[in-house]
Amino acid sequence: MTIKHSRPTSPHLQIYKLPLTGLISITHRITGVCLSAGLLLVVAIFYSLSQGAGSYAAMQNIAHFWLVKAVYWGFIYALFFHLCHGIRHLYWDVGEGFEQNKLFQYALFELMWALALTVGTWFFI
Amino acid sequence: MAEFTLPKNSVLTKGKTFKAPSGTKNIRRFEVYRWDPETGENPRIDVYELDADACGTKVLDAIIYIKNEVDSTLTFRRSCREGVCGSCAMNVNGRNTLVCTKAISEYSGTIKIYPLPHLDVVKDLVPDMTHFYEQYAEIKPWLTNNSTPPEKERLQSKAERDKLDGLYDCVLCACCSTSCPSYWWNSDKYLGPAVLLQAYRWLVDSRDENTEVRLDQLDDAFKLYRCHTIMNCTDTCPKGLNPAKAIAETKKLLVNRKDK
Repeated sequence: MTIKHSRPTSPHLQIYKLPLTGLISITHRITGVCLSAGLLLVVAIFYSLSQGAGSYAAMQNIAHFWLVKAVYWGFIYALFFHLCHGIRHLYWDVGEGFEQNKLFQYALFELMWALALTVGTWFFI
Repeated sequence: MAEFTLPKNSVLTKGKTFKAPSGTKNIRRFEVYRWDPETGENPRIDVYELDADACGTKVLDAIIYIKNEVDSTLTFRRSCREGVCGSCAMNVNGRNTLVCTKAISEYSGTIKIYPLPHLDVVKDLVPDMTHFYEQYAEIKPWLTNNSTPPEKERLQSKAERDKLDGLYDCVLCACCSTSCPSYWWNSDKYLGPAVLLQAYRWLVDSRDENTEVRLDQLDDAFKLYRCHTIMNCTDTCPKGLNPAKAIAETKKLLVNRKDK
């Protein structure tokens, strides 16, 4: 039989239900990009500090806006999430933590630890 | 570059609906991916309402029931109907599996059946596996030796044989490879979980003498290292095998080799 029409690609992202462990993997990558961009904000804080008390006060004024605060805490959560996922990657690299029936637990464990560390930071500050 | 959306000719359209005969008590609804190479129309989703009491218990039974009783144009692969041949791999409700091993009762509501993801479709639920098999051949899936063959078989200790458990059992259904986003975007260069699990199977076989050569071939940024431990492969394997673990062990072999 000759092929009369070019073959379609079967659906992928459109239909695949990523398990939590897969969702975390892509989230890790996306938040990694966000964290890199967020470093500019950190630089901005240091820069304002170097420009004297006036500019630091102005920066503080902006930083206390609720939306900026939310971004700030999101940044901290993402940072801890990266720490936890990084540890999981180290664990994987030695050949451990691959049990199929535990993948979900490991993923949940990471997210909870990142949350706990963020909340801990909240109290510390 | 990864293309996250489907090309124009692959975008899904609404298809036909086949209602269950009136008076059917136990109706199960199936949405099935259809593509006919003869018409050149875009793929469509046909809906089949089946009498669950009339067809068998597995998802494959439902598909066979559709072909026999409702719509003979439906095309799919199947053979052993007991999870050892690997032919009937499909995507059911968002997860790849062998439909002969999945009971209809394991799913609630509508059951959505698609071909394995991100492959060229030959017809309906039949994807083109040519590239997958070529990649499999690339890793030389057989014993390779340079020494003179012994009088009898090359023997293995029980411990050496045990290393092959969980590896030789792979039926090459491609559920894992086609569940892997990394394989979706880079299948031209990345070998994918199924082939890498097989590559590891020959690496750890005590009777194979070319472990170093095999490792040389795998030591490549794309062939092996496109694995980012997304873990969809291990999550989806219908045989309960662990391709991600095999890949990690392969990476370990490469690291340990460099340490020497």
